[in-house]
Amino acid sequence: MPIYELVRLAFNALGANKLRSFLTTLGISIGIAAVIALLGIGTGVQEYINQQFASAGTNLLGIVPGRIQRGGPPSGFGQTSVLTVSDYRAVVNSVPGIVDHAADFTSVGNFAYGSKTSQVQVSGVTPSFTRVRNWPAARGRFIEEADDGARARVVALGTTVVKDLFEEGEDPVGQVVRINGVPFRVIGVMESKGSSVFGDQDAIAFIPLSTAQERLFQQQAQSKSGERLLSTIYLQAASDDDRLFIQAAARTVLREQHRLRPDQEDDFSIISQAELIETFGAVTSVLTIFLGAIAAISLLVGGIGVMNIMLVSVTERTREIGLRKAIGATSSAILSQFLIEAVVLSMIGGVIGVAIGIGGALSISNFVDFQAVVQPGAVLLAVGFSAAVGLFFGIYPARRASLLNPIEALRYE
Amino acid sequence: MTVATAERSTLATRNGAHADGAKPTPVIDVRGITKVYKMGDIEVHALRGVDLQIYPGELVAIMGPSGSGKSTLMNILGCLDQPTSGKYRLDGVDVEKLNDNQLAEIRNKKIGFVFQSFNLLRRTSAIDNVEQPLIYAGVPPRERRERARAALEAVGLGSRLKHHPSELSGGQQQRVAIARALVTNPAIILADEPTGNLDSRAGAEVMCIFQRLNSEQGITVIFVTHDPRIAQHTRRIIRIADGQIVGDEPVEEQLIACHGEPLKY
Repeated sequence: MPIYELVRLAFNALGANKLRSFLTTLGISIGIAAVIALLGIGTGVQEYINQQFASAGTNLLGIVPGRIQRGGPPSGFGQTSVLTVSDYRAVVNSVPGIVDHAADFTSVGNFAYGSKTSQVQVSGVTPSFTRVRNWPAARGRFIEEADDGARARVVALGTTVVKDLFEEGEDPVGQVVRINGVPFRVIGVMESKGSSVFGDQDAIAFIPLSTAQERLFQQQAQSKSGERLLSTIYLQAASDDDRLFIQAAARTVLREQHRLRPDQEDDFSIISQAELIETFGAVTSVLTIFLGAIAAISLLVGGIGVMNIMLVSVTERTREIGLRKAIGATSSAILSQFLIEAVVLSMIGGVIGVAIGIGGALSISNFVDFQAVVQPGAVLLAVGFSAAVGLFFGIYPARRASLLNPIEALRYE
Repeated sequence: MTVATAERSTLATRNGAHADGAKPTPVIDVRGITKVYKMGDIEVHALRGVDLQIYPGELVAIMGPSGSGKSTLMNILGCLDQPTSGKYRLDGVDVEKLNDNQLAEIRNKKIGFVFQSFNLLRRTSAIDNVEQPLIYAGVPPRERRERARAALEAVGLGSRLKHHPSELSGGQQQRVAIARALVTNPAIILADEPTGNLDSRAGAEVMCIFQRLNSEQGITVIFVTHDPRIAQHTRRIIRIADGQIVGDEPVEEQLIACHGEPLKY
């Protein structure tokens, strides 16, 4: 029997019980919609993360104290692993190929302006920070050399801090805020970076590194031996190849600085953007697979629904099957008829599910920062998968139908 | 009649030959057929050696009490079931030892079934119901439509093509079923109590159709009935009891169902 005849028969049969067909289809629709939406969101998140890292500057290396192991929490916290200003100088002076560099010392400060207060991160940074992190001031200016040299009490605020402390429409530039009780003049407001996988990136304020180390956080920013400490050292490479070389060279320099024996592990971590992208990529793809698996379970449930309805349908239509056999249908014609019916049922569900899934993924994009990306491959996969579900769960009922004895089937009440 | 085909004309020739007194070929030729069912350890002998010849153009009633084996015989004649032993030739084809697919083809091409309970597909128009056997015969859609229309016209339902079974009376539904049996130009039409679910008026309507198909187109019709009056519409009554043929005689005074009235189209 040609396939179009079977498809026509299937549509007739499914149309004969529209509500039931629709409800059965719904199970598949929900499964497929979930798969499409979750894959779309997963892909969207991944692209969003890549963008975030790209906006943070490419070919950037960050050196932090302590050892960060991939896939685990940082170890070495609470130990004496530290980065110092002399480490920074040593690396910058002895490693060739560094295009630009910056350093910060970061802690938490209590901000007060008028009657309003806020507790946010305070980063003492070198003036180069704005270039290296590709993060300019939107209004006013960033920290400059003169500020650092003079240990000036000036601050550039992130937008969240501005929102916390100032009234809507009030210009913070030129105002004086207190950080841990010390008055600072606001010299600029940073561009908004939005929130990301790192949390709210705008809940931060920048002051000169020297001011942080020698005035605001004098105690914290000093090692036992009296050296000035750093939280992060940023090294900018010209190219990907350079980055790998600088990473290796900086490591050697720092191990010498820290007098580590060959059998000791590094007490610092050099993180590259590329590695972070990889790490987060791995995390998001695990998440995507996990969510996909949940969606697949709902698809399985939908498939069982199809099988259930097909079994009911075979029982209900026993006489029809007997009649068809009497008027010349072979067993394989009956098998194909019911199989195609199950496949058509699930594929209708699949197509509806794809539509709902795309709609869902796109409407979610209105509420979050990232744009869901529905790939054509995912759509094909979903429709193909729904057909496979119909085929798989349709075989047993269809086989039952085809094996019916026509005499008994015709006598069935 | 639009349904007339080459096959029909051969049937007519055979009838002619019969009238000339020459020995015709039976369309149904059953010799020494037995059927034994095994129900657990007990063997049930449903048929105990049946011999039966039915010639093209005959109109035959099979009668017998329930459990007499007439249903089993009908199933075997209809190639829905196969005999335990004996020979069965249908329209020149040796039916025994055919596989399931070949039997399906025989049922499709050589036999038209009419059932007591019509067995029409619900929510399917009359013409679509009549088309069903042609789908399995692989007839292309356009030709299918034409042939189904012609068959419905032949049973007087030319104006009810698009009606669904629920919109038709019992007699009309049975006529749709007869059209479905006719549409493949079968060698025989087998009807199992075709008037059993109908009132006498609708029953007469159906008998009229059978008589007309038989007399005007020479179609061989065999049906089972309990009703002696219905059986009187045929020309030959075969009686079965205990799995054997106990009577086979011509009808003396055949009843005519149509009363000479033309069918309403």
